[in-house]
Amino acid sequence: MSIIIFSILFITGFYFFSKNILQVRSNILLGKEINRTDNSSERWKTMILVALGQKKMFTRPIPALLHLCLYAAFIITQIELVEIFTDGFTNSHRFFKPFLDGFYTFMISFIEILSILALIGTIAFLSRRNLLKLPRLNMKELAGWPKNDANLILLMEIVLVTFIFTMNGADEAILNLKGSSYDFAVSSHLANLLFGGFEEHTLHVFEQIGWWGHLIMVFTFLNYLPYSKHFHIVLAFPNTYYSNLEKKGKFTNLASVTEEVKKMMDPSIDSFATTGNEGDVPSRFGAKDITDLTWKNLLDAYTCTECGRCTSSCPANQTGKLLSPRKIMMDTRDRMVEIREGIRKNGKDFTDGKSLLGDYITEEEIWACTSCNACVQECPVNIDPLSIIVDLRRYLVMEESKMPTELTGMLTNIENNGAPWQFSPSDRGNWINE
Amino acid sequence: MSTEFKVSTMAEMMANGETPDILFWVGCSGSFDDRAKKITKAVAKILHHCNVKFAVLGAEESCTGDPAKRAGNEFTFQMQAMMNIQVLDAYEVKKIVTACPHCFNTLKNEYPELGGNYEVIHHTQLIQDLINQGKLGLEGSQTYKGKKITFHDPCYLGRANDVYEAPRALIEKLDAELIEMKRCKTTGLCCGAGGAQMFKEAEKGNKEINIERTEDALETNATIIATGCPFCNTMMTDGVKNFNKEHDIQVLDVAELIANAADL
Ligand code: SF4
Ligand code: SF4
Repeated sequence: MSIIIFSILFITGFYFFSKNILQVRSNILLGKEINRTDNSSERWKTMILVALGQKKMFTRPIPALLHLCLYAAFIITQIELVEIFTDGFTNSHRFFKPFLDGFYTFMISFIEILSILALIGTIAFLSRRNLLKLPRLNMKELAGWPKNDANLILLMEIVLVTFIFTMNGADEAILNLKGSSYDFAVSSHLANLLFGGFEEHTLHVFEQIGWWGHLIMVFTFLNYLPYSKHFHIVLAFPNTYYSNLEKKGKFTNLASVTEEVKKMMDPSIDSFATTGNEGDVPSRFGAKDITDLTWKNLLDAYTCTECGRCTSSCPANQTGKLLSPRKIMMDTRDRMVEIREGIRKNGKDFTDGKSLLGDYITEEEIWACTSCNACVQECPVNIDPLSIIVDLRRYLVMEESKMPTELTGMLTNIENNGAPWQFSPSDRGNWINE
Repeated sequence: MSTEFKVSTMAEMMANGETPDILFWVGCSGSFDDRAKKITKAVAKILHHCNVKFAVLGAEESCTGDPAKRAGNEFTFQMQAMMNIQVLDAYEVKKIVTACPHCFNTLKNEYPELGGNYEVIHHTQLIQDLINQGKLGLEGSQTYKGKKITFHDPCYLGRANDVYEAPRALIEKLDAELIEMKRCKTTGLCCGAGGAQMFKEAEKGNKEINIERTEDALETNATIIATGCPFCNTMMTDGVKNFNKEHDIQVLDVAELIANAADL
């Protein structure tokens, strides 16, 4: 019977998870093509250092250590999960124990110690958010769902750890009744502290609650992930793999513009001749909405953990401007999900008259950016908010000719006299003789 | 104060059948802004002193297109880039030095895809080379000995291109005390001028970015704020004035420090 219930849980859990993953994938592919498959050795290196090794977290050591506790516990506990799955399918109890023996005790003890550290980390994180009210974790863009999401996942972590210890503690107590012990580092003490004096039957119930509870939490977590900022535990890996490997100062050159400019500069090219296929819809210059961004921008948006390191290092944000690079990423994600929902309900050609620029991100925000790359530098999972900002500016300037008036003047000067100010090119050498 | 030596343009060199080793890309600030012109002269003096055969483009130089690109006008940027590439290629330029990190970044990173391939270095890197090669000696210079100097990282030199050490190495050569600001190198705070902000009013906020950055610099108690960018220089100079400290604190380009120390 329990095998059947387990199998149903297992299959439904993974079915919905894969469905979610495919959905996320198709959302990301709403974005435009960009090639990020070159130089795979450098890409692997970046992924191992930044995602697996959490290199960029350690510029802020305290949260890095706390985060490491959760992260290590998360990774290592997967080993225990494999056993839980095996036990579930075979209706056995601690399947691996006879094979591993002493090493098994070590493994579970290790997991238990990490779980305690994770618990400490979780409580510290909850207090930083809710009691210490760390500014970067309490900005107005986090009001509502983002804040609840962050707290919810931390609470889930506490519940999960509680289940693990209920399972192991009760199991130890059962063995203690028989005058034996697993000798697990933490639960061997819990067995006396919390589970001493219970009858074997009751202890079995506790053990089962722990086991099934753990399992249900895992599947809940798995299926909650794609709706949460915690999706980063999965997406941090592909996202760092597909990082921009160029110098941060290098902005993309728009190929569509290059074509036009070449035509303008070379009179031998017939400027009325059509290049490309007839009927090609010319794509917009820059980005107004999700579909004008690249898939990497959209992957970035899904990967964002909303940690606010970018925003807390942003010169514009620190001096009270509206711009927050974190909000740029959150808006991008929200808009992407909104479009996808629309497409799901109304078909492929769905439009709602809204757009990322305007309905989510305002012009005032994007004009406040100094393109300083601090946000890009700070992001622990190599997200690039700046490239979205630049693409939105491109749309405004090239498609709508909308920009602060001083910039119109600056651009006119460059076009007329080759400098952002009104000086004559013939005066360029004046410094030599002044 | 005119330069006491002749600075040739590419056209003049070509007319004489000569080719320079390096092109000095002066940039718009360096050509037109009175404060930045002094930095330009300092660089020229150092190059001349070290017998580097260099030339400038003079009237044939034009904006790299950086501010247009950062403002979102890719058309204007690429027009500028293509025109500049035509000029540079006509003179068969191979190597470029510039004192402006914005020009540096654009020429180095964004021109190659448009057909302009040159070896581009920042002036602090070139000066460091010259010192290492023994062409410029600062031994025994007392000018900045023991002075407290802090260095403000230009975003387009530091984070954008990972050049952090060259300017610092030069300051150490001055026998001065280099004091870092609390935000420096990768965590350095922008001066507020990048991304075409130099040419517009800031958005509504509660502070100017250059004031925030100047506070970082003041905290170090340095008497000299060194930079490697004409825009940063302007922003920091304004910041210092805002605190009425212009008599106590100088804002100087690293090239000026070196030229002064070498008594050029
Ligand atoms: S690049 Fe723009 S958004 Fe990012 S930190 Fe700098 S000013 Fe803020
Ligand atoms: S973009 Fe990066 S730094 Fe900014 S909130 Fe998201 S994960 Fe954090």
